[in-house]
Amino acid sequence: MPDLEGWIETCAVDDIDEEDVIRFDYGDRTFALYRTEDSEYYATDGYCTHEKFHLADGLVMGNTIECPKHNGRFDYTTGEAKRAPVCVRLQTYPVKIQAGKLFVKIG
Amino acid sequence: MSTDTNKRDYRLTGPESKIALEKGLVAAEWYISLVPRKRLKELMKRRNGPAIRDTILWFCALAGTGFLACWTWGTWWAIPAFALYGIVYSSPADSRWHECGHGTAFKTPWMNEVVYQIASFMSLRPATPWRWSHTRHHTDTIIVGRDPEIVAPRPPVWRIILMDFFRLYGGPKDIRRMIMHCFGKLDEEEREYIPRSEFSKACWESRVYVLLFIGIISWCIVTKSFLPAMLIGLPSFYGAFLVLVFGMTQHLGLNEDVLDHRLNTRTIYMNPIFRFLYWNMNYHIEHHMFPMIPYHALPALHEEMKDDCPPPCRSLWSAIKEVVTALVRQGKDPTYTIERTLPATARPYGFGNDDKTTGGVTYAGS
Repeated sequence: MPDLEGWIETCAVDDIDEEDVIRFDYGDRTFALYRTEDSEYYATDGYCTHEKFHLADGLVMGNTIECPKHNGRFDYTTGEAKRAPVCVRLQTYPVKIQAGKLFVKIG
Repeated sequence: MSTDTNKRDYRLTGPESKIALEKGLVAAEWYISLVPRKRLKELMKRRNGPAIRDTILWFCALAGTGFLACWTWGTWWAIPAFALYGIVYSSPADSRWHECGHGTAFKTPWMNEVVYQIASFMSLRPATPWRWSHTRHHTDTIIVGRDPEIVAPRPPVWRIILMDFFRLYGGPKDIRRMIMHCFGKLDEEEREYIPRSEFSKACWESRVYVLLFIGIISWCIVTKSFLPAMLIGLPSFYGAFLVLVFGMTQHLGLNEDVLDHRLNTRTIYMNPIFRFLYWNMNYHIEHHMFPMIPYHALPALHEEMKDDCPPPCRSLWSAIKEVVTALVRQGKDPTYTIERTLPATARPYGFGNDDKTTGGVTYAGS
């Protein structure tokens, strides 16, 4: 359950490798959680905005996530669509770390 | 489940599109072989080195064969020389168009885009429309009524296949579309897969292509020679032979309307020269299942996946024999489909629909 401010606990920070992404499902929603090379964390919607494919199966390159199906790219730190076939930006969510856990504000 | 006693309608604007949607075949979830994420990440890694090396080699081969062709111009030796130049022009243009369209050939995005634009022009595939056509091909691979890149229907139309050995069917179709784009119009099929936001880009690209063609024609007129067109433009036609041969081996004879690339796609072992021309797209099951793996890592991906896939064809020749035999049989029985047995180590095929042969459609004569 989200707390009163809408934060939910997702995973331990070490569950995500550096420069990688994992999938996090919550209810009927799915999210992608990212860790940069410098161990900064980000969260976005889990599906590509072009077609319904999990971004967590894709490739993280710097601040970019590439969709595994059609190679569309987003800047996951801002949600900006960077390469066709994606044209619509990706929803991003605030994150925070508490006691080694990654929290995402989905509310 | 729909039943159609006539030939299937392969148009994207026909009734098959709706049928595919009703059967859950549109933008569906496809079977994926199990490859550990750690290994996939290694294979997905982008590099500039292999594509820069191969692009330099390609342009050197073009310059060399082009020089030979010019040198022999006016003699009978020009025929084999231009045949060679045409193959070196067209086949890599097609494979570079393809791989750079995926954005995986080079690590640096602008390099992919530059080679993509050059190869698109050389292969007479307008960059934006074909980018979106190929996107659809990957979403709905060999789903009838959805995939714009099905090479031959069932039963096959041999006239079109034979014409396309010299791009005489697909080429004029692309030129007609380019001319339409110059006037700001896209045809009905293109509107099915190109988003509205990309229409203007498609139109401007075609205007540039047409200007370049006008430039080449003008150059021919000024020099009173076909030579300029034989070097730029016409090779897309007279050099297309191998493009079609490679293209025919990708999916023909295999299943339609399934959700498992092991059922509708063919992997072939090829010699290093063909693999250079084709940029490893002979590993086609691997490419379709994992489009984010660059061409240079496909042989390694094949090693990871082969125990979960049907045995590859042993050569291009054996693949062509398999395809032509299947097409001849489909001429008499459009339901004929090559069946390939999986190794004992593989997980079962995922057909993705109830009817394991025809996707629930009855063909004429079946």
